[in-house]
Amino acid sequence: MQECRIAARDLACRRGDRLLFAGLSFALQAGQALQLVGSNGIGKSSLIRILAGLMPAYAGTVEVVGALGLVDERPALDPHLPLGQALAFWQRLDGPHDNRAADLGLAELMDVPVRYLSTGQKKRAALARLIGQAAPVWLLDEPLNGLDTRGAALVMDMVAGHCREGGIAVIASHQPFDVADKQQIELKDFVR
Amino acid sequence: MNGQFLALLRRDLAQLFLGGRRGGALLPVLFFLAVAMLYPFAVGPDAPLLGKTGGGMIWVAALLAAILPLDRLIEPDLELGLFDQWALRGISEEWLVSVRVLAHWLSFGPPLMLAALPASALVGIDGEKLRLVEIGLLAGTPGLAALGVMVAAITAGLRGGAALGGLLVIPLAVPLLVFGAGSLATGGESGLALCGAFSLVLLAITPFAAGAAIRAGRS
Repeated sequence: MQECRIAARDLACRRGDRLLFAGLSFALQAGQALQLVGSNGIGKSSLIRILAGLMPAYAGTVEVVGALGLVDERPALDPHLPLGQALAFWQRLDGPHDNRAADLGLAELMDVPVRYLSTGQKKRAALARLIGQAAPVWLLDEPLNGLDTRGAALVMDMVAGHCREGGIAVIASHQPFDVADKQQIELKDFVR
Repeated sequence: MNGQFLALLRRDLAQLFLGGRRGGALLPVLFFLAVAMLYPFAVGPDAPLLGKTGGGMIWVAALLAAILPLDRLIEPDLELGLFDQWALRGISEEWLVSVRVLAHWLSFGPPLMLAALPASALVGIDGEKLRLVEIGLLAGTPGLAALGVMVAAITAGLRGGAALGGLLVIPLAVPLLVFGAGSLATGGESGLALCGAFSLVLLAITPFAAGAAIRAGRS
């Protein structure tokens, strides 16, 4: 796997007039995972978007080495296309990759249009897209939402495997997320 | 780069031609033909009058038809998170917008130019004048496509964005209309060059304006 690390120094995030958190620093090396915990609206998703470079931080710096992969509440798959074709579009952009869709229980769903998939199935599809991207840094925003127990265990295995292979995972979730060698940040400690 | 371009163009074309559930490339063409069909009914069977004003009607109908697909040019992909995923892969918004302008033009420019043939027949335009209408559309529709994508990017995410987009396109398209339709008047052929020039200006600024709008919409 490609070399990767993340360093965040003194991050602050502001939404409208509210300062959500400030003074947040952390560093992750290859093989490490970080879980962001905190109540709804505390800024978990905003922090993920700041790390992804999709939103400017109000203060502080983020340094990311390695390609980023993001899974959030939007699967980014064309709703009217069959799942297989929707995933094939990303495969054309990301390059060929061993197809692990079967591991995610998607093999029978390839002919089903994305809009007919359930929340959990869409989440699995988004994870399949993430695997295909082969990015060393994973940013996962509520990856367990909508997944059943088996699905949740599968995702935790996936993340653990990714970190063993030398990847980094940042997980924003209020649910317990079971991965070895995991740091945890309570965002409420950084609310001013 | 080449494979990426083809993958993006292929998806954009599939979206715009087939349109998913939002009606594809056929809709603007049918709208255009419907206007051309209604016009002789409204004006009456006065052939010289129809021939004289028909070219202008074709231009107005083409402009209005270009507004129809506005709401599905940028907004659905923003909502689905596709633009965020592309940003993570290092694909710039300017590049994406350029590809989309090309796809949007392909999905309505050439079909409209084809539809202009029966439309011209309905109002009794032929020969030299028909040639001018077709060349004018060829010069003007790329500008309309660029304008549509730019306005769609600026109004994406706004409440009532689709209606607002239509209202924004109309005044900005006035130069295209003036020079394009003006080329049909006697001695107005130089309007074609100005129409083409205005198209090129729009094509040049759209990727940057629309790209900046998409980025600004994120924060």
